[in-house]
Amino acid sequence: MYTGRSLVVAVTIGLIAFVLLGKLFLIQVTDDSYLRKAERNAIQRVVDHPYRGLVYDRNNSLLVFNDPVFDLMVIPREFHLEDTTRFCELFSIEKQSLVANFTAAKNYSWVKPSPLIKQISNEEFARIQDFLIDYKGLFVMTRSVRAYPQSAASNALGYIGEINAPQLARDSAGYYSQGDYVGLSGVESYYEPELRGKKGAKYKLVNVRGIDKGAFKNGDLDTLSIPGENLQATLDLELQVYGEKLMTGKRGSVVAIEPKSGEILTMISAPVYDPNILTGAKFGENYQMLNLDPEKPLFNRPIMAMYPPGSIFKIVQSLIGLQEGILTPNTTFACNRSLVNCHNHPSPVNLFGAIRNSCNPYYHQAFRQIINREISQNTYTDTQIGLDKWRESVMRFGLGSDLGVDLHGEKGGSIPSSQLYDRIYGEGRWKYSTIYSLSIGQGEMLVTPLQMANLAAIFANKGYYYTPHLIKAINGDPSRIPEKFKTKQYTGIDSVHFNMVQDAMAAALSGTAARAIMKDIAIAGKTGTAQNPAGEDHSVFIAFAPKEDPKIAIAVYVENAGWGGRAAASTASLLIEKYLTREINRPQLEEYVLKGEFIY
Amino acid sequence: MRQKDTYFHKIDWVTIALYFALVLVGWLNIYAAVYDGQIGTSIFDFSINSGKQLIWIGTAVVLITLIMVADYRLFQNLSLVLYLVFIVILFLTPFIGKEINGQRAWFELGIFRLQPAEFTKFATALALAKLMENPTFDLGKLSHQAKALGIILLPVALIMLQPDTGTAMVYSAFFIMLYREGMPQKYYIFSLGLIGLSVLTLAINNNWYLFGGLAVVVILLVLASKKSWKNLLGIFFLGILMVGYAYSLDRVVEKLPPHQQNRIMVLFDPDVDPLGVGWNVTQSKIAIGSGGLLGKGYLEGTQTKFDFVPEQHTDFIFCTLGEEFGWIGSLVMISLFVALLLRLVFLAERQKTRFSRIYGYCVLSLLFFHFSINIAMTIGLFPVVGIPLPFFSYGGSSLWSFTLLLFIFIKLDSHRIQILGRSY
Repeated sequence: MYTGRSLVVAVTIGLIAFVLLGKLFLIQVTDDSYLRKAERNAIQRVVDHPYRGLVYDRNNSLLVFNDPVFDLMVIPREFHLEDTTRFCELFSIEKQSLVANFTAAKNYSWVKPSPLIKQISNEEFARIQDFLIDYKGLFVMTRSVRAYPQSAASNALGYIGEINAPQLARDSAGYYSQGDYVGLSGVESYYEPELRGKKGAKYKLVNVRGIDKGAFKNGDLDTLSIPGENLQATLDLELQVYGEKLMTGKRGSVVAIEPKSGEILTMISAPVYDPNILTGAKFGENYQMLNLDPEKPLFNRPIMAMYPPGSIFKIVQSLIGLQEGILTPNTTFACNRSLVNCHNHPSPVNLFGAIRNSCNPYYHQAFRQIINREISQNTYTDTQIGLDKWRESVMRFGLGSDLGVDLHGEKGGSIPSSQLYDRIYGEGRWKYSTIYSLSIGQGEMLVTPLQMANLAAIFANKGYYYTPHLIKAINGDPSRIPEKFKTKQYTGIDSVHFNMVQDAMAAALSGTAARAIMKDIAIAGKTGTAQNPAGEDHSVFIAFAPKEDPKIAIAVYVENAGWGGRAAASTASLLIEKYLTREINRPQLEEYVLKGEFIY
Repeated sequence: MRQKDTYFHKIDWVTIALYFALVLVGWLNIYAAVYDGQIGTSIFDFSINSGKQLIWIGTAVVLITLIMVADYRLFQNLSLVLYLVFIVILFLTPFIGKEINGQRAWFELGIFRLQPAEFTKFATALALAKLMENPTFDLGKLSHQAKALGIILLPVALIMLQPDTGTAMVYSAFFIMLYREGMPQKYYIFSLGLIGLSVLTLAINNNWYLFGGLAVVVILLVLASKKSWKNLLGIFFLGILMVGYAYSLDRVVEKLPPHQQNRIMVLFDPDVDPLGVGWNVTQSKIAIGSGGLLGKGYLEGTQTKFDFVPEQHTDFIFCTLGEEFGWIGSLVMISLFVALLLRLVFLAERQKTRFSRIYGYCVLSLLFFHFSINIAMTIGLFPVVGIPLPFFSYGGSSLWSFTLLLFIFIKLDSHRIQILGRSY
């Protein structure tokens, strides 16, 4: 039957059918991109954002909670705007950003929702709620932002913000997606895995107009979000707030530690900023403002600023000298001001007197003995050996490298090694006379305020410390904090050596920091004045109290405040009083500190 | 023996079975296309398209009965009258028709809406059969070719006035029948060459590649031909002509209005206009492509259920099948069509009269054209033209017209013995 031209017709029919089936095979069987596109079309994954964990202080006062905000979402396909100007007025949005956001939404998806206006506050939402019904293709999604009831501890707690591209690239587990909020600094960043919780997802079927058509596979794949874990901070909110008040108008740091546990009671970076301004819709604008501020409020001074420790370092020198057997409580040196400058005090002095009077020539001479032990005939080599040995001892005080506090970005300071001087001066071309500034905590030596507070804790503990930390319990469980925060770190100095040192520190106050002395509470402390070639000297004070049973160790560093006894010691003393008695009985001292303006 | 001679035994039940199989599958797919996951809408619900289609199917059965009981000579005798009547109706349509989507292609008769151009197909087929049934009719002669072309082009011209490019294009299907009836082969070779060259011109962006390819073709032709001056000159001119054509085609396409340009270019790059012209094809390919080997299951297709494919119950009905029954479903469905078409070739060839054979070829040509172009368009092998898939697409005009077309031929076939005596 099929012959000649009828055969051609029959073959053509078969051929066309073959081509159609071939093409169908290509798109249906070999290419699964259409399946993915179909899922993208019809299956909408709605993320159920978990509630971020809350942060409480050591007395269970709330430090950080979540505040609801509203994102105005748009479905470009349904959204038609006739009067742009009116819309911009109603929703208080700039025309430019409206156009930009809408274009971005369109480019993302024609049928799926994208944010048009982000993070509308509660009050603003109440105002615009009624206008929403006039516009098709708009709806509201609730999210939450962080809020701080006492506006305190901004730098320690840190802030959250939209995840940036490098962080997203590092997220190998694929937890985050564009637009997610993550902790960007402080506790928020360090404890991000605990705080963030676990996202949930609902899979919805939507039609071409984005209208909900029910759950995908009856919701079998849906998961609920798991809220983040609450943290208990070691901070004492009351002390923190009071400290921030005292530091108003100053530039510097306050760190207070509970010596027996390493728990940070207060961590202040001044000037402080209000953490509530780095939340919500104004984040970008305010961040920019803080970032450009010449006082650098975002710079977390307690862990990032590094200063020469000055006179407070003399205590470390004394302890190393005692431990090495080079000094005894009775070792005396003359206050020889031809070596290094000093202030008026009786001479010669023994070790107690040297600490009490902060005698510079004493340490110049004592340090020479610590360094040059005549192990080598060559004075250069001898200095080199002595310095490295000394450095080892100093590092055990938690100096010269970061302590490992639970914050990102902690600086380690610097304790110079022989290699450093070799680099600066050349090998065999420096000796004690080159490095003697180290004897009194000056020279090529840098310490962070956190390390200073830790020194105070070591002196209080008579020889050991716990790595300072900001979080004492995760989800109510103290055992879940990192192991390193529960391990004693020994300095290698026998505790007997601390008795005389503590007495000397207590006695020192009457000379150098009389204002810090309290009637009922025995306090031991040491002032310091870090030389500042650029202007007024920096004022340093470390202390612990009560002397017999230390509950608080503190370091106060006020930049450009002049002599250490003035601003720093007074501030520290008030904070100790506040922490131990919960009240202030010295209003005139408080007024004195509050009046001091040290930012020029 | 007597039993075998009864009228019922002369009817080709294979074709009828294929017809009902396709109509049934089509009807189930229309329900899948309108089904949106809400419980409670029955396939028989007359307020939705599947219920309405059931009415059309019922009336089509009435139509079939009428055809089968009518006198078979009626169609032959009335062919020219029918043709003229529909030409007049087509002529009037632009003036009294109802405007839908910018076209005046529809008549409204009470609640029914009919598209005259659909019915003109079978009238044209009858008229062509009538014209060409005389054994002296010879498609080798230019004057006879002109007569046949005239019958085809008259309704085409009138349909273009509506304007309905897709339906007008369908009339080119008659060239398949003309080929069988002896239209010179060179026309087809020339046309296929021209189409191939056009596709290549549009598909290849860099004209220098195209010209290089054409140069290779010319060289091969020179090598293959007998090297006479006449042949070489001919090949040389052919080469010039092809280059000239390719060059001017690009210029012509550039001059087209943007939406027509996009319709063509979207074939080569679906991302040309994904939210405009590309939308239909893109979504249609997504629906079909997501079906996989076995499909998502009946009424489980998310793309068709949730309206991602426009016109999914009419011109894009194949998407539903492709998504819900996958490649295997497509294979079964295309096989049914191929079986029907090959059966029709077989039936046409066994006719004793030229009239029946020509008419049979018209039927299979039209079905073949609709079937292949419609499916090719849903998978992006052909530009989107609004023509229905026979027996599948929702709509009374389309179902009735294909039923009429097919069953007149089944009727003629069942009387092929009697018609023998009437041959010239």
